[in-house]
Amino acid sequence: MLDPTSPPDLSNASVDGASPPLPLELRGLVYETGGKRLIDNIDARIEERGITVIMGPNGAGKSVLLRLMHGLIPPSRGEILWAGRRADRELARRQAMVFQKPVLLRRSAAGNIWHALGLRGIDWSERPARVEEALRLAGLERLAAVPARTLSGGEQQRLCLVRALSLEPEILFLDEPTASLDPASTLLIERLLIKAQRQGIKVIVVTHDVGQARRLAQDVIFLHHGRVIEHGPAKVFFDQPRSEAGRAFIAGGLVL
Amino acid sequence: MTWMMNRRTLFGLGLCAALIAATSPRLVAADDKFIIVQSTTSTQNSGLFEHILPIFTKKTGIDVRVVAVGTGQALKNAENGDGDVVFVHSKPDEEKFVADGWGVKRYDVMYNDFIIVGPAADPAQVAGVKDAAQAFKKIAEAKAPFASRADDSGTNKAELKLWHDAGIDAKASSGSWYLETGSGMGATLNTAVGKQAYTLTDRGTWLSFANKDDLKVLVEGDPHLFNQYGVILVNPTKHPNVKAKEGQAFIDWLIGSEGQAAIASYKIDGEQLFFPNAAPPS
Amino acid sequence: MPDLIEAFHTALRLIATLDPGLIEIVVLSLQVSLLAVILASLIGFPLGGALAVYRFPGRGAVTAILNALMGLPPVVAGLAIYLLLSNAGPLGVLQLLYTPTAMIAAQMLLVVPIVGALTRQYCEDLLEEYDEQLRSLGASPREVTATLLWDGRYRLLTAVLAGFGRAIAEVGAVMIVGGNIDHVTRTMTTAIALETSKGNIALALALGLVLLATAFAVNGALMGVRRFALRLAYA
Repeated sequence: MLDPTSPPDLSNASVDGASPPLPLELRGLVYETGGKRLIDNIDARIEERGITVIMGPNGAGKSVLLRLMHGLIPPSRGEILWAGRRADRELARRQAMVFQKPVLLRRSAAGNIWHALGLRGIDWSERPARVEEALRLAGLERLAAVPARTLSGGEQQRLCLVRALSLEPEILFLDEPTASLDPASTLLIERLLIKAQRQGIKVIVVTHDVGQARRLAQDVIFLHHGRVIEHGPAKVFFDQPRSEAGRAFIAGGLVL
Repeated sequence: MTWMMNRRTLFGLGLCAALIAATSPRLVAADDKFIIVQSTTSTQNSGLFEHILPIFTKKTGIDVRVVAVGTGQALKNAENGDGDVVFVHSKPDEEKFVADGWGVKRYDVMYNDFIIVGPAADPAQVAGVKDAAQAFKKIAEAKAPFASRADDSGTNKAELKLWHDAGIDAKASSGSWYLETGSGMGATLNTAVGKQAYTLTDRGTWLSFANKDDLKVLVEGDPHLFNQYGVILVNPTKHPNVKAKEGQAFIDWLIGSEGQAAIASYKIDGEQLFFPNAAPPS
Repeated sequence: MPDLIEAFHTALRLIATLDPGLIEIVVLSLQVSLLAVILASLIGFPLGGALAVYRFPGRGAVTAILNALMGLPPVVAGLAIYLLLSNAGPLGVLQLLYTPTAMIAAQMLLVVPIVGALTRQYCEDLLEEYDEQLRSLGASPREVTATLLWDGRYRLLTAVLAGFGRAIAEVGAVMIVGGNIDHVTRTMTTAIALETSKGNIALALALGLVLLATAFAVNGALMGVRRFALRLAYA
């Protein structure tokens, strides 16, 4: 589980021994549906351990790309390889995802985490400890028995994040996790993501918020019309974006 | 873990378990001694069974469960072996039942009579007519509404025989003045009341029928309206599940002096409904 | 009109004096219908849930059939069970004809499609919200089904209620397989049919009023549970 007491660390190196199955390779990836091509022949390679942020204007295909990576939807053409392997059930168990809108069951906050641990086959004896730690991490200990769906938006999303983390994933996907949240919750979630990365989890976040990207990213993929326009270190992208679309996006303009 | 299996859930589950335990009815009553008698709705509606069966059960400890349907259905059920004794009132069908091997032996038990009832206004003017077939003829000629059970029952068969004797094809007028209800006697009487129609009914059902409105007894006493009841033991060689011993005990009691006396003692408003006529023991 | 007034008086008198004849048929009606509904739900819940979650060839046809069976005429259900349990039928050796067990079986035939079809609909609705998250968590179809059923537990009560309403009100099925035997298989509905055929309209109406009251009571209890659930955002 995460260690909340370790000091802030700006290096890329991981503290814990987690070794996610990198590099993630996308080869000739195409996704079409309803006659529209949403992902248009993407070739990419993600190998570094820092947080990767996928950015782009609305409709660029960011959410679709994330779901393809996580295996929620099958590609129309192309391949997705993790350290040279195709995704299978075993590999899928090492991943977790947080969605834009929090999805919680009609149970208590703690019950939701308990249920997820059950799906992963975590032993009954281990679960109470993991649930407690997860709630503490999210600052939700006092709300453990509260019906999860009555929590505020920020509390719900924090719960979804620590639920994902309680599964001890090696890859963590997030789709616009703080899009409709208050700043305090946003801050807490970003802190948790940084901590997660430091403990060796490969975090891949989709966001359209440039500020958030600046705060989190070590690696940036800029998407537009279903194609990768730019992919490189965050510093490079933000200081000297190579593409016109990238420049316009960072400047806050509308990118058509 | 209070948030996992909290008290509310436990209470709910406990309630369900208690409910299931409390609602286990006597599912298969194999313990008590009982027989199933296939009989007719008219006999049941007359109230005869409520009167005589307790006497038999008290004496023998055998519970008598009556399934009351139309005569045709009663005989069919018995053919399927879904009864131990058949107690109906349609002699030709009963004799065929025995001849076909489904029943052991047929015994006369009692008789009552049929009567023709109709609206007080009596449009066909049959009141007091002595010949039942003649009365039917008049009803047909007047095209006065007539409610028929049309359900293959003993009463229905008697009615059809009267049309036959009168030389009338009543079924040809089905839907106009001849109303085929396809129901039991009570339902047919309700229809007769509602449509101000004539109908043939057994006196037993008539006397205990509570919805007479302005229907009246118009024709009675014709020997052709004589309604004979018979009792038969379902053949145990065809259906081994038949409780032959208890069934025969019931038949013996019914045709014996005690049963016959019980039948005779059943009265509604002081009037006797059924007249025992079992053959004396030889 | 006079019948209706007399019916009210009779109904009140029967209830107030706790008439043993009335108690007997009310208790039997509740025993048969409640047990039938509970057992039918144990079948209908997983059936409906699986139908919503699993993809297999012919899924559409099975769904259509289940929906259509919601309208199965009670008398047909009764006939089907009768043919099975009759001594001339395949299960005659069980000697279950004309017993409350046969009545429960016949009513289950009526209630399983109702609970199953409604469960399927509720689960499909829930699946729209939960599908991606559950797949992300790695849930197998069986686990998804179990999750949906527990999650929708309060909504599923409505399906149970619908099933119970059907069972307690029907007469065709229990009449054929039960035989309306006094003190053994006589329920409220078969008693009403009997009294009507005897012309005892007022008594039949009175029994009808008691039947309505019983149905309202069960309904009220379950709706109370639902309202409690709503407050907790569990509905």
